[in-house]
Amino acid sequence: MSIDLETAAKVAKLARIRVEPDALPALADEFNTILGFIEQLNEVDVDGIEPMVSVSPMRLARRADVVTDGDQQAAILSNAPDAREGFFAVPKVVE
Amino acid sequence: MMSDLNTLTISEARDKLRAGEITSTELTEACLDQIEGAGALGAFVHDTPDLARAQAARADERLQGGEEAPAMCGIPLGIKDLFCTKGVASQAGSAILKGFKPEYESTVTQNLFDAGSVMLGKLNMDEFAMGSSNETSTYGNAVNPWRRGNDDAALTPGGSSGGSASAVAADLCLGATGTDTGGSIRQPAAFTGITGIKPTYGRCSRWGIVAFASSLDQAGPMTKSVRDAAIMLEAMSGYDPKDSTSANLPVPNFEAMLTGDIKGKVIGIPREYRMDGMSDEIEKLWADGTEMLKDAGAIIRDISLPHTKYALPTYYVIAPAEASSNLARYDGVRYGYRAKLAQGDGITEMYEKTRAEGFGPEVQRRVMVGTYVLSAGFYDAYYNRARKVRALIKRDFDEVFADGVDAILTPATPSAAFGLGEMAQADPVAMYLNDVFTVTVNLAGLPGISIPAGLDRQGLPLGLQLIGRPWEEGDLLNCAYALEAAAGFVAKPGKWW
Repeated sequence: MSIDLETAAKVAKLARIRVEPDALPALADEFNTILGFIEQLNEVDVDGIEPMVSVSPMRLARRADVVTDGDQQAAILSNAPDAREGFFAVPKVVE
Repeated sequence: MMSDLNTLTISEARDKLRAGEITSTELTEACLDQIEGAGALGAFVHDTPDLARAQAARADERLQGGEEAPAMCGIPLGIKDLFCTKGVASQAGSAILKGFKPEYESTVTQNLFDAGSVMLGKLNMDEFAMGSSNETSTYGNAVNPWRRGNDDAALTPGGSSGGSASAVAADLCLGATGTDTGGSIRQPAAFTGITGIKPTYGRCSRWGIVAFASSLDQAGPMTKSVRDAAIMLEAMSGYDPKDSTSANLPVPNFEAMLTGDIKGKVIGIPREYRMDGMSDEIEKLWADGTEMLKDAGAIIRDISLPHTKYALPTYYVIAPAEASSNLARYDGVRYGYRAKLAQGDGITEMYEKTRAEGFGPEVQRRVMVGTYVLSAGFYDAYYNRARKVRALIKRDFDEVFADGVDAILTPATPSAAFGLGEMAQADPVAMYLNDVFTVTVNLAGLPGISIPAGLDRQGLPLGLQLIGRPWEEGDLLNCAYALEAAAGFVAKPGKWW
């Protein structure tokens, strides 16, 4: 499997990382090096093997679906690059 | 007044603090002094002297109280920048978290503070713990206090916990926290002649540690001795309902398990770790370590872990996949950096520019590889296949442990520390090979410890790794304690900084 420029651009778009068109060939090359390395996994016989979900044989902890915390508006907004009137502020999303 | 208090081990300092021979304030001042003169190491990136002095004063009160203070009370530590520390910059070595000051404390640092430990500051690391040389940090390089003989070329302290390794090796602090996703505690410990243990997955809470690959990440201590590792690991560990993968198991008194008696223990030597092109120095180190354990009464057994060669490619599917999901949260909205926007830019441009400017090249690369292996049409071919191979890698270990092996001895790294910048022209995969001996342990969720065992021809430290059964860190530490005693590693880097 070889990654072309179009695929590299699509992956960058999916990852929401801006990549300038002149940087795409180098990026595609790096992807191909890494994916070439990963291709070794095709040699392994994985018939009948379940994909690992959890490394330790324990069930994920569950808790009651109740409110345990709250009234933290100021703390939550304290690190926001742009917060106004108690909300996170972002560029206009809906015209 | 004693000099060189910063060079004490945690256990020595504990005994002197409890005996009233020294105070935490004196110990803390000695470390702060050293940190101030060690800018050339690039280890500490956010100093917190005021907090340290206040914590030391409280520790001194506690030490004078009626009850015996915890072992970690009054001990000055460095904290890896990956841990969220309340009100103190926590950037994970990334520009995208510039200015971020958490409103909460990570469970591991809270546990250490509850035990009375002192935080001297935050330590350098590879960006989001992605790297093996500390060269991907937004703060610049951390530098290894060790040098090759009289050559003044700057060497890497390893990564990602490079600042932690450099700080402990240079006696800037008594111990440091690290985190390990593929070898990030054990490789830098080996490169700097110190001890580092990654405990069983689930032993230390991940809550409040900036996530890289959640199924692999574990915190652990980086210290000057095995005894110190036992003491500090116990303080860091414990069940935490805020981490759904935290193990609800009692934490043993690890230090009490250090008897040094390993008679009859079965030590496995895995043949697949004998890599093509392995240097004769590493080979000799490994053979010497095997001999030392045998002399201490252990039974040496050749074992096979047949899927070892697939561990790195498995890791480089699973870790980027999880990273691409975890790092989706850095969107320029809730915390950290937001790019300056041009007229007419919408929310998508905000995301894309923020992430392009805020993430460094290695992080961008891994996020995109992760995005690719999880994307429609490739999920089964890459991600699911890797999870199946991971199950086989774990099964390899399960089988040897079921056959009676107590611990496995391997080299910690394929080489000694390399020069900063030496890998700049290599492709990313060449750097990944640093983790070839350590990454299997993360994939199988096992405890692993790196201890210094010798010097190479250039005078640089080399480490051996012991891998233990799940939840049996006490036994593992005891094996390491016996090996440490036999290896008798006492060398220290000459001070040039």
